[in-house]
Amino acid sequence: MSPVDRSRLPVPGADPVLRFPEVSRRRLSNGLGVCTVEHRGVPVLSFALLLSSGAATDPFDKPGLAALTADMLDEGSGSRSALDVEDALTSMGAQFETEVGADATVLSLLTLPRFADDALALLSDIVVGPNLTGADFDRVRELRVNRLRQMRKIAPAVADLALARLLYDGHPYGRLPLGTMRGLDATHVDDVRRFHREIWRPTLATIVAVGDATHDELAGAVERAFLHWEDRSAGSAAEVGLAPSVMTLAAPQRPTAPIAIVDRPGAAQSEVRIGQVAVPRLTPDYAALLVFNMILGGQFVSRLNLNLREDKGFTYGVRSGFEFRRAPGPFVIQTAVQTAATADAVREVMSEVRAITGPRPATPAELDMAKAALTRGYPRSFETAGQIARGLAQLTLYELPDDTLEQFVPLVRGVDLDAVAEAATRLDPARMTVAVVGDLESVETGLAGLGLGEPIRMSAEVQETECSPAWSAGGPGASRTC
Amino acid sequence: MVRDTGPPDVIALNTETMDIAYTKHTLPNGLPVLIHEDHRCPIVAVNLWYHVGSKDEQPGRSGFAHLFEHLMFEGSAHYDHGYFQPLQQAGAVLNGSTNTDRTNYWEVVPTGALELALWMESDRMGHLLPALTEEKFRNQRDVVLNERRQNYENRPYGMAGMAIVGALFPPGHPYHWLTIGSPDDLRAASLDDVRAFFSRHYHPANASLALAGDVDPDAVLPLVEAYFGPLDAGPATDVVTHDERDVRAGRLVMEDGVELPRLYLTWVSAAMFAPGDADLDLVADILGDGKSSRTYKTMVYESRLATDVMAMQHSRELCSCFQIVATAAPGHDLAELEAAIEAEVVRLAESGPTESEMRRSLAQAEAQFIYRVQTVGGFGGKSDQLNQYNVMLGDPGYFGQDLQRYRDATSSSVTRAARGVLVGSPRVAVSVVPHGRLDLALPDSTKVVCS
Repeated sequence: MSPVDRSRLPVPGADPVLRFPEVSRRRLSNGLGVCTVEHRGVPVLSFALLLSSGAATDPFDKPGLAALTADMLDEGSGSRSALDVEDALTSMGAQFETEVGADATVLSLLTLPRFADDALALLSDIVVGPNLTGADFDRVRELRVNRLRQMRKIAPAVADLALARLLYDGHPYGRLPLGTMRGLDATHVDDVRRFHREIWRPTLATIVAVGDATHDELAGAVERAFLHWEDRSAGSAAEVGLAPSVMTLAAPQRPTAPIAIVDRPGAAQSEVRIGQVAVPRLTPDYAALLVFNMILGGQFVSRLNLNLREDKGFTYGVRSGFEFRRAPGPFVIQTAVQTAATADAVREVMSEVRAITGPRPATPAELDMAKAALTRGYPRSFETAGQIARGLAQLTLYELPDDTLEQFVPLVRGVDLDAVAEAATRLDPARMTVAVVGDLESVETGLAGLGLGEPIRMSAEVQETECSPAWSAGGPGASRTC
Repeated sequence: MVRDTGPPDVIALNTETMDIAYTKHTLPNGLPVLIHEDHRCPIVAVNLWYHVGSKDEQPGRSGFAHLFEHLMFEGSAHYDHGYFQPLQQAGAVLNGSTNTDRTNYWEVVPTGALELALWMESDRMGHLLPALTEEKFRNQRDVVLNERRQNYENRPYGMAGMAIVGALFPPGHPYHWLTIGSPDDLRAASLDDVRAFFSRHYHPANASLALAGDVDPDAVLPLVEAYFGPLDAGPATDVVTHDERDVRAGRLVMEDGVELPRLYLTWVSAAMFAPGDADLDLVADILGDGKSSRTYKTMVYESRLATDVMAMQHSRELCSCFQIVATAAPGHDLAELEAAIEAEVVRLAESGPTESEMRRSLAQAEAQFIYRVQTVGGFGGKSDQLNQYNVMLGDPGYFGQDLQRYRDATSSSVTRAARGVLVGSPRVAVSVVPHGRLDLALPDSTKVVCS
């Protein structure tokens, strides 16, 4: 073979043709959605049980209830104790995870095909008939209280919470799924039982089953295990005291302060979050926002990372992203920078935001780069059964059609510079806030000198929201009340 | 060119034996090339191991192997720009990592971008130094110092690992320091150190290249030969050794910005793939992996002494570390945790595992093998596994034999492994306590400060 040409990089070949998974959906007579995909080659089955309800529904005085309830499910059912449940899972080589987000709860279970029926029967037992005993509740609550205590010392977690509170004070998105000390204290096992009865209903749930079996085999196994799941709600959702749906609340318009510092004496770095309330998942400019974010802070070669890491060496990395949710979620820029560079880093970030939304808009080369990275890398999202199951659970949550997967690449390809410029207007430096967790004495003066406003001081405590909401005023168009 | 061939049937996976089909070719300059076909997704994993890690560092230059890894992304002679841009533009993800024993670099690319990845990997393997500048070097050193702040200094319990290896292994032992290194050493490093390190360790005969995914071996091998074949084999590398008897015991305490005290118990144990290594994985599983493990049951579930507990066999090339880590619940101190852990260790070492524990642990191990081969690349995945087997054992097709190590384990081999390592062997106990709460540490611990 002739010597290779090192004068230029090889041009990649044509984009590969991706065969999208064929998605089959059905609904059982009890209202449970079932979604299946055949995925061959590796003998695994991946199940994702999506409950279209998450921590945003937590009662105002009991933040943490949704996550605590989800955490209690595998603590025993029927004659099985918590340890028996765990033994059964490990005997099947299964991996079981519970994730509670703002809008949804997902239980995922990865196992081998020969355990399909046993694994689904176990999943069904814990979802439909968990024991929810007082003793297990005390133990699980105590573990969660201790986790909250430890979080006070984890700078990224404190920074995330500080930003959420600045942006969403008084709104259901202003809390952590883990809740608060006071919320967990105020919660009793009866709250969990009632929450489970009213919220864990088949009509609110979908099971996505992906793996080395046919659609009928997958759906049949789900049906055998879950057909007996009855809606046992007593119509007493009001007693649970759920927060109103985020879809009925107006998104907060302004942060409670333009800049806040949580003191972490002697910290080697400042943990920084900069963000604003942005858009919901079903925003019409979704694709343009993805492209725009890639350019600003969504990839290694983004403007923010090239500036703060590769040029200045302030940080190990910086990234940005829209957290798409059912109601408008936050846009967040996050980084950790050496203490001495804190104010400079915030200044650089704000100046990049102002530049891309104003005098230095995205260039054609940046646009091409961002679109190529998003579209050519897309096939990777379909490699494992678990990835496919999660992707379909997302579509289900937002009630998006299954061809959303196929439409992704053409949609992104259609984004042009005008669309990116329009997307950039979603960011408004005047509505942004800055949360810094760092050594107050070292960083306060510099941050105060940025012209963003006088920094307020926040506590590292995972605090309660002190105001009480006028939820009764909730409804379309209602404004934030505290 | 040497050619030996793996199992002939080109299917992605034989689930009975857990063998995956691959071919191995060794280029004349010594570079092994491992190719595995898996056409389920139109992507290819390119995975390149260099058999160099922090164990190969010179005294006073800790952290160097990892700092060097960063420089590998900053450009090479024929493409003197950052490596991320062209690869991400082609739809790739890429990264690298360094540990005590090896450094790896990987890309997962759409099928059509394989040649681009080969071009770039071969350019930095053969032609890195002309592109290196003092400016790049200083910038990446600052980035690494920030990586250290983020992942160690500013993280609760983040400095415990340094205290542990510093106490367990004597100065001069290749595992005496962590891969991230010390700030003073990182600041003392120079561009000359970079050049010497590259010349000593970064060459075909000290590397292993694995390609897994949507590839046609007949088409791709000539490409690999064209790009990597012309590179010089490089000098033979020194084999790093250590004295197995040269490990120490200790009881240390460090104060940290933490809410709850945590105890780290660490023993030196059988090296990766050595007799006893797999048994110790099972010991760790039975003692402290998940809610059905013994320590979880007694310490978290029943007595509620601890908020979490975990046991792990950290397998490494020269020798491994067996570790049990537990965090005390409020109102409890680390002496209570030590007593509870010791009771479980002794019970296992004396009476062995139950039949159902053995059955569950094997089921877990078998399932993990299958889960691990779901992806072609990235951190983990088939390409990384092929390279691990090839670099550490000289046998990329070790999948089935690896699993067989677990299938061969018996109740008595597990008992023996537990007894051999955990009872009466030197042990380092590190207590990490909140500032001002030395009273929560194990008694008679020596105070240590890491920075």
